[in-house]
Amino acid sequence: MVEEVKLFRTWSSPYALRVVWALQLKGIQYETVLEDVSEKSDLLHRYNPVYKKVPVLLHNGRPISESLVILEYVDETWKQHPLLPQDPYARATARFWAKFVVRDCYTHEEEEQEAALAEASEHLQKLEEELRGKKFFGGDNIGYLDIALGWLANLIRVSEEICSHKVVNYERFPLLCAWLKEFSDAPVIKDCWPPHDKLITKFIALRQLHHARSSST
Amino acid sequence: MAKVGEVKLIGAWPSPFVMRPRIALNLKGVEYEFLEEKFGGKSDLLLRSNPVHKKIPVLLHADRPICESLVIVQYIDKSWPSSGPSILPSDPYDRAIARFWAAYIDEKWFPSMSGIARAQGEEAKKAAIDQVAEGLSLLEDAFGKISKGKPFFGGDAIGFLDIALGCFIGWLRVTERTQGVKLLDEAKVPGLAKWAGRFCADGAVKGVMPETEKLAEFAKLIMGKFKAPPPQ
Repeated sequence: MVEEVKLFRTWSSPYALRVVWALQLKGIQYETVLEDVSEKSDLLHRYNPVYKKVPVLLHNGRPISESLVILEYVDETWKQHPLLPQDPYARATARFWAKFVVRDCYTHEEEEQEAALAEASEHLQKLEEELRGKKFFGGDNIGYLDIALGWLANLIRVSEEICSHKVVNYERFPLLCAWLKEFSDAPVIKDCWPPHDKLITKFIALRQLHHARSSST
Repeated sequence: MAKVGEVKLIGAWPSPFVMRPRIALNLKGVEYEFLEEKFGGKSDLLLRSNPVHKKIPVLLHADRPICESLVIVQYIDKSWPSSGPSILPSDPYDRAIARFWAAYIDEKWFPSMSGIARAQGEEAKKAAIDQVAEGLSLLEDAFGKISKGKPFFGGDAIGFLDIALGCFIGWLRVTERTQGVKLLDEAKVPGLAKWAGRFCADGAVKGVMPETEKLAEFAKLIMGKFKAPPPQ
C-alpha cells in the first residue's frame, strides 16, 4: 500500500519543526500542509479538535497530535535511524528531559525567555552533564532528546542576534554550547530551519507587541 | 522478579501521581519498598533523587532514580516485559492515542481539577467545576472510541490511559462530596461512571486507592493548612 504521510504545520512552529526533523532523519516522504494561525483550516479543526493546533501528522488518514507523541509514533512506525534509545533507563531519561524543557522554559513569554533561561541555569547544569562524552544527547547521532530540545538552539541564536549579547554562558556550559553548534550545523537540521530573516522579524514584532501590552495595562 | 530491596518508590499515599507507578508495579507483580514522605517536608533522599523538580513519585531501581509518574509507568512496562499484561497498547497508533490523552489529562484536565480548590467565590467555583465536567465529557467520548465496548481504555485489562485517569477517582469523589456536585455523573458520563467502579475494584488498584473518607479527612487537613491542591 502506498503510504500517505501529511504534516500540518506553520512556517515557524518549533513544535512542528520537531516532526519535520524526525521525518527528514528517517527519510520519510511526506506532504506539508501549511496552516495560517490566524485562519486555521477546517481540516485542522477536524484532525485536532481538542487543541486545534499544529503539528498534526496524518498517516494513512489517521491523525496524531502533540509533537512529542508524534515523535514516538514516528519512531515506532519507521525503524530506520532510531530516535529513542533501546535501554529503558536511557529512554526514561530522554522522556524526562524532553517534557521538562517544554513545560518550564518555552512557555514563558518571548521577552521573559532570557530571564527564564537564567533561572533555569541550575537545570542547564544537569543537562550539561547529560552530554558528557557525547556529541549529541542521542550519542553519535541525533536522537529524540536532541530533536525535543532543538528549539533551544534556534531560540538562543535568534535571541542573541536581537539582544546582541550572549544568552547562554559559554564558560559555564561548554558542552551545551558545542551541542548548539553541532546540532544547528547538522545537514538535515540546517536545511529545515525557518527562513532566518523572517524569524528575526517575527521575534522583534512579538517583543514590540509585549512591550505595548505591558505599558498599556 | 526484582530482588528484595532492588525496587523502591518514594511517594505519599494520598498522591494520585504516586498511585500511578504503584498500580503499574502491582500489575507486573513487582515487589517494592514504599518510602513514604511526610507531608510538609521533603526527605534528603527525595531531594537527591529528584533534584530538578523535588517531587514525588520517584522510582529507585537498583539505586537509579526515575522521575515523572508517566515516564515511570512506561519504564516499568519496558523493564518487566514478560510479567503481567503490557501496560501500553501494542499498536503504535493506539499507543499514540493513549499518550495524547494522558498528556491532555496532565496538562489541561488536572490543572482544571486543582482550579476548583483554588477558586475564590461561588461564580469562580462554578466555572472551575464546569471546566472539569467539560473535560470529563471529552474523556467520556474518548473512552467510547478507545475501549470499543470493552471494560477499560486498555481493553480487557487496565492499561496506560486507565492508570493516567483512574488515579484521580478518589480525589474526584472527595471533590463531589465537598462541593456538593456530581462529576462522575451516570447521566452525563455513563461510560466513565461505570468504568470508575471497575477500575477501583481491580486487584492492582484496590490496595492503593485510598478510601474516600480517609482522603476527605486529609483534604480538610491540607485545605486548612495551605489552601493548596493535592501534592504532586
